Amino acid sequence: MYEAVTALVSLLPFSWAKYAFMQNALLAILVVVPLFALLGAMVVNNQMAFFSDTLGHSALTGIAIGVIVGVNDPTWSMLIFAVFIAIAVTIIKERTGTSADTIIGAVSATAVALGIVILSKGGGFARYSRYLVGDLLSISPQEVTALGLVLIAVLVLWYIIFNQLLLLSINPSLAGSRGFRVRLVETCFAVSLAMVVTFSIQWIGILIINALLVLPAAAARNVAAGMKSYHLWTFLITAVCGVSGLILSYYWDTATGATIVLLAALCYVFTLILRQPGR
Amino acid sequence: MKTDTACQSCGSACGLCVTQISHFSVNMRGKCILEDINLQIHCGQLTALVGPNGAGKSTLFKAILGEVPHEGQLQFLNSEGKRSARPRIGYVPQRLNFDPNSPITVSDLFVSALGRLPALLGGSRRTISIARQALDRVEAQHLINRRLGALSGGELQRVLLALALEPVPDLLLLDEPISGVDFKGMQCFYQIVAELRKQYDLSVLLVSHDLNAVADYADRVILLNRVILCDGTPLQVMKHPLFESTMGIVEHRAV
Repeated sequence: MYEAVTALVSLLPFSWAKYAFMQNALLAILVVVPLFALLGAMVVNNQMAFFSDTLGHSALTGIAIGVIVGVNDPTWSMLIFAVFIAIAVTIIKERTGTSADTIIGAVSATAVALGIVILSKGGGFARYSRYLVGDLLSISPQEVTALGLVLIAVLVLWYIIFNQLLLLSINPSLAGSRGFRVRLVETCFAVSLAMVVTFSIQWIGILIINALLVLPAAAARNVAAGMKSYHLWTFLITAVCGVSGLILSYYWDTATGATIVLLAALCYVFTLILRQPGR
Repeated sequence: MKTDTACQSCGSACGLCVTQISHFSVNMRGKCILEDINLQIHCGQLTALVGPNGAGKSTLFKAILGEVPHEGQLQFLNSEGKRSARPRIGYVPQRLNFDPNSPITVSDLFVSALGRLPALLGGSRRTISIARQALDRVEAQHLINRRLGALSGGELQRVLLALALEPVPDLLLLDEPISGVDFKGMQCFYQIVAELRKQYDLSVLLVSHDLNAVADYADRVILLNRVILCDGTPLQVMKHPLFESTMGIVEHRAV
């Protein structure tokens, strides 16, 4: 089935469509778009942009742990460490009250420093710089399929917990009074966010993954009038920036993730200007 | 029991169903915030909780909602004499924590609380019609497509009341906002509460900072400061010597 889709892509009348790496990358973008649109919309809505940034940064320590343990592919160590961070921050946030900015900032800085110290030992940090920038063009068909499975899992999860997450973001006690299991739902969201962020980091890059999550939703917020149009706009902006960013990065010979983020930033500025005064 | 004396004045409703709070105590980080609270709230009755800041009013609400661990029991007895440990509670929070630019509409709020389908799909026709009926009760049907951030403090308060009343709860908890609602909005809100209370025979527990409103609309006032200091009609409580010393106010002596 995967071959059938790539064959379809290769029929496109562009020079880039002939290359297998571009076909894979395009399909990856098509999977990443709805995935990041859904998660990003919720991240911005629940004011968790800083939190998801920390999850991205924690990947450095995750890789470092992988190196110490001695695995070739650090995906699993990243994943486990990010889930650990997600749960830890959720618990700390709960224990200490609403504003967890300082704690999140401290965790984030520690995770980055620890990761760099371990990875730079012996002067070999350059080997890991691909994680900082990310390389979407290196994605394999198996990895695209795995991303597709992640998307399906998130869709199912969203169907179950979306309403609860939304009410929770409005007022946790109100959500509790309707019988919603506030802590469970919050943890589910944090863990799924951690998994998606760390899983996609090798293709998007630690430095910009949070921007890709947050910018389209932030832009959509400037023009949306309700949840439905908010998600539609987030999806559209992510899709347009994702596909055009990929193609532009091919012609400009630039990093794909960063090119996409730059376009999303343009969208944000544009919607900020469009935004009606008094909103 | 002390609570029984106050209840003779409120026999207008069926008064048979009752929410019973017995021996509620809350300890947090080694500090006793509420101690041995005993309360009976009959349906059709509006009970106001007053007390200084930090008296434990919000904590009592959170304990009733099951959000903070507590000792003691909450029991609801309906008019047929059936007991249940989990009464249906409607809750109107003091404030919401969305940012004013947030793309959440009144309709999204209702769908998130009542709907089966995720609110990002816009909500089913059935859920929307339930939301419209609920908003109709508080004369707020015209607000359904407005963003929460675009509502005035009074409008938002009414919307939250409408949500708390859908479905009609056994016990309604109202946490009055400290700021953001003007005098007219507050009057309108309390009038609606008073009407709906009669219509649906509601038990209402109100945390209030507006002692004039309490004097006008409450059947019964409870002065709380870690323990229940005094319990009775608004007049009885406000004339009580403990009232003034606890609340630390002089200008309400006229009441």
